Amino acid sequence: MTAMTDNAMPVTPRAIRDEMIVFAIMTLLLLIVPLTDLYPFFVMQALCCALLACAFNLLIGYGGLLSFGHAMFLGTGGYVTAHAAKVWGMPPEFGILVGVAASAVLGVVTGIVAIRRQGIYFAMITLALSQLIYFIYVEVPFTHGEDGIQGIPQGHLFGFLDLSKPTVLYYVVVANFLFGFLIVFRAINSPFGEVLKSIRENEQRAISLGYKTDQYKLLAFILSGTLAGFAGSLKVYVVQNASLSDVEVSMSGLIVLMTLVGGLGTVFGPVVGAFIIVATQQYLAGFGSWVTVIQGSIFVACVLLFRRGIVGEIAHFFRRSL
Amino acid sequence: MSISLPALSAQLLVGLINGSFYALLSLGLAVIFGMLNIINFAHGALYMMGAFCAYFLLNIWGIGYWWALLIAPIIVGIFGMILERTMLKWLAGLDHLYGLLLTFGLALIIEGIFQNYFGSSGLPYAIPDQLRGGTNLGFMYLPIYRGWVVVFSLIVCFATWYLIERTRLGAYLRAATENPTLVRAFGVNVPRMITLTYGLGVGLAALAGVLSAPINQVRPLMGENIIIVVFAVVVIGGMGSIMGSIITGFALGVIEGLTKYFYPEASNTVVFVLMVLVLLVKPTGLTGRAA
Amino acid sequence: MKTKMRALLLGTALAVGAASGALAQDKTAKVGVLTDLSGLYADLGGQGSIVAAEMAIEDSGMKAKGWKIDLVSADHQNKPDTGTAIARRWIDTEKVDVLTDVLNSGVALAVSNVVKEKNAILLDSGAGSSELTNTQCTPNTIHFTYDTYMLAHSTGSAMVKAGGDSWFFITADYAFGHALENDTTAVVKASGGKVLGSVNVPLNTPDFSSYLLQAQASKAKVIGLANAGGDTTNSIKQASEFGIVKGGQKLAGLLLFLTDVHSLGLNVAQGLSLSETFYWDMNDQTRAFSKRFGERMKNHAMPTMVQAGVYASLVHYFKALDAIGGNPHDGAKVVAKMKEMPTNDPLFGKGSIRIDGRGIHPAYLFEVKKPSESKGEWDLYKLIGTTPGDQAFRPLSESKCPLVKH
Repeated sequence: MTAMTDNAMPVTPRAIRDEMIVFAIMTLLLLIVPLTDLYPFFVMQALCCALLACAFNLLIGYGGLLSFGHAMFLGTGGYVTAHAAKVWGMPPEFGILVGVAASAVLGVVTGIVAIRRQGIYFAMITLALSQLIYFIYVEVPFTHGEDGIQGIPQGHLFGFLDLSKPTVLYYVVVANFLFGFLIVFRAINSPFGEVLKSIRENEQRAISLGYKTDQYKLLAFILSGTLAGFAGSLKVYVVQNASLSDVEVSMSGLIVLMTLVGGLGTVFGPVVGAFIIVATQQYLAGFGSWVTVIQGSIFVACVLLFRRGIVGEIAHFFRRSL
Repeated sequence: MSISLPALSAQLLVGLINGSFYALLSLGLAVIFGMLNIINFAHGALYMMGAFCAYFLLNIWGIGYWWALLIAPIIVGIFGMILERTMLKWLAGLDHLYGLLLTFGLALIIEGIFQNYFGSSGLPYAIPDQLRGGTNLGFMYLPIYRGWVVVFSLIVCFATWYLIERTRLGAYLRAATENPTLVRAFGVNVPRMITLTYGLGVGLAALAGVLSAPINQVRPLMGENIIIVVFAVVVIGGMGSIMGSIITGFALGVIEGLTKYFYPEASNTVVFVLMVLVLLVKPTGLTGRAA
Repeated sequence: MKTKMRALLLGTALAVGAASGALAQDKTAKVGVLTDLSGLYADLGGQGSIVAAEMAIEDSGMKAKGWKIDLVSADHQNKPDTGTAIARRWIDTEKVDVLTDVLNSGVALAVSNVVKEKNAILLDSGAGSSELTNTQCTPNTIHFTYDTYMLAHSTGSAMVKAGGDSWFFITADYAFGHALENDTTAVVKASGGKVLGSVNVPLNTPDFSSYLLQAQASKAKVIGLANAGGDTTNSIKQASEFGIVKGGQKLAGLLLFLTDVHSLGLNVAQGLSLSETFYWDMNDQTRAFSKRFGERMKNHAMPTMVQAGVYASLVHYFKALDAIGGNPHDGAKVVAKMKEMPTNDPLFGKGSIRIDGRGIHPAYLFEVKKPSESKGEWDLYKLIGTTPGDQAFRPLSESKCPLVKH
């Protein structure tokens, strides 16, 4: 089987240096956003999506596993954190912790089932699992059905960072995003990431080399799901609500789209893709019903014309790893 | 709740109706997968197009249900073949997941366009006069149309099975899946065969759409949810065998029907739960070969 | 920088205005129609809500009085995140004063929180959740057209009065469905009827036959459909297939709109009962409005109650602005003025806006006509009963809204 993408390049000192430079530029750009005319709320939403896409990318870009159900982690992190903050009155640090833990547990449970098949079957199984989770969330009372959990108090992080202040919230979100991003970055450039890539290239060979590939895949799935849940928990403090739309199939599709547009298996592609897709959602809202058609067309165009994605094409052109 | 036999058998019959749709749709997916190695995410959208096609045939040209059963699958099938020729063809040799992504995008486009032009609440399509009303079977009231759906889909399913497993054309088809180069050496036009297969699979989806038009409202998003259930059906059954997908489709419909009787709250999740159980016990699916 | 300057100027203007005892003579206002243009509810609100808002601006005569009213619109795609993001951007950077329509309860509740935080105005017409004016009420939100509590009460009490005193429910198995069922059960029992049973159906069920068979076997006089959207239309369509209405049982749709009935067609929907607060064919005024409205719609559709509510609530908003004499750009203040003034518009007639933000006007029980009784594509309903406004909505004595002093 041919691999999904040739974007993920071997880890060389030069590649890591390139990536560190771009990382520094990205961090700098994020830090100066409040000084510009860019709308911080938009950037925060996009950052949550970017973290989500990075988590997803860990699985597809490096492990070769296409999850069509990552919305279930986003939603779980979101709902549990929202409930913890609103009903149990937990401060943000614990709210996020509980949400992340819940999605990690979901990652273990669904991972054990999903990694039993690969390729297309894996995609269909994750899709079906997320639909199962969706129906559960529709019916259990604590999610309040289609009303959702609303008006979630933002509270004080560590007791002194007042998240209801936009600037404080912004930097907290940036810090959390960078933290999550670095976890993914570290995972990719570790021996663990190397094994994942070798499984993607040729699972039989990895098995014959003595790797227990199922354990690696499960671990990657759990890590990816946990980080996606982290994105969901973080988002609760930005948008102050948790709703069914985060668990829907269309959300899972959007996650795939963000990563595809940016570049599967690139380090920064998911971030770029997330900003583009969140922007189309908000700034094309005036086009009304054409939004889904536009998103579908982007899907088709990506698959047919530039499978490497935006960052992937740029990296390929300059022969760099980005 | 006490178990009453009449009510139970009524649910079983009703379950068979849902099973008919699952069987037709998963059969189409299996046929396409066998030849093209893609999972057709646009299957739900094409099912919806079948229903819309029936509606247009009736309301624009006055062509009724019976002809629609024939014409709508052909029209949608041709549309499918165009999609295959212009887009899916280019994915040959790439990772199969690209087929999934491409067809997912196509589904979004098709559903979006229909929603734009026909709104979301849907259009009415009446049951044909000959199939109206119902008969009292003694233990339940069976609307004739539903009985018809079950019988007709059984016929179509087995005809498809026969075509693929028992005819010369089917033999080429199966051979082409295993070894396209060899079949080409026999002078068979493999690309044309792939296109026709896609058309056949899509036609089956459209046929299911026409059958469901009188029962369900003809809506742009009518295929959005059923396709996910059918995916689960396919995972349970495995796509290795035509007969396997037919039987799994009907069986899961019946199980879902029984759930509606014993514990209705779980009736939309039971297929997914079964999928999890099957994966834990026999990861390749009930009839599937190892991937 | 620009925005800071503007805020500074505005602040100065307000300070000067307050000091002189008069209000700022700012005669501009910006209306944002935030609706579902692409999804499930697009027919109910959607483009029609934008048309209704345009008509409200034209009919208000504000232009002649020297006002400049702008209109923007967007699709929230039924996602609370997208909805709140647009609402924030509109209020912060585009200086939108009032948001309207906002159907889908999840989006509406989320937007209501944003609007309160930013002291703008939400005139909600499309959402069903009665929580908007109950536990989650705010001084900046008016819920104009309808809510689930009203639908349950109007349908429940009027049906029992008309002889439908035994009920069976087919209920969507989530919070909203249960709320509809509970509210209706309460009023059916209070009116002397009884409930024989109910069945919980998961969301997005394509096949209702099992549940309809149970409902049929219960011999209840009325089968209440406590579900929404595609679930409701599919259950009605299949009920007609099973001959339920012909067999003498009545179907009551608890959350169903004109567009749903229109799309089902009279053959299937005939005999169905449902409540609305507006129907285009009520009197000369509603007919005149609807005719103008239909001419602007690409499919010549008649307005739904949601679209009518967008019109009427905006008309009332403009009256309040006019009464204040200028736009103070202070949401809570304008809403307080709107609550003070009685409502009176050609579509909903005389009414009021209660302290909790609830729009009060009569609710009507309709029955869907037989095909032989209908004289046109949109001639769908006949009036069966009217519930006065003060009885149709949740009484303030039961309210958990913090704005209501008990």
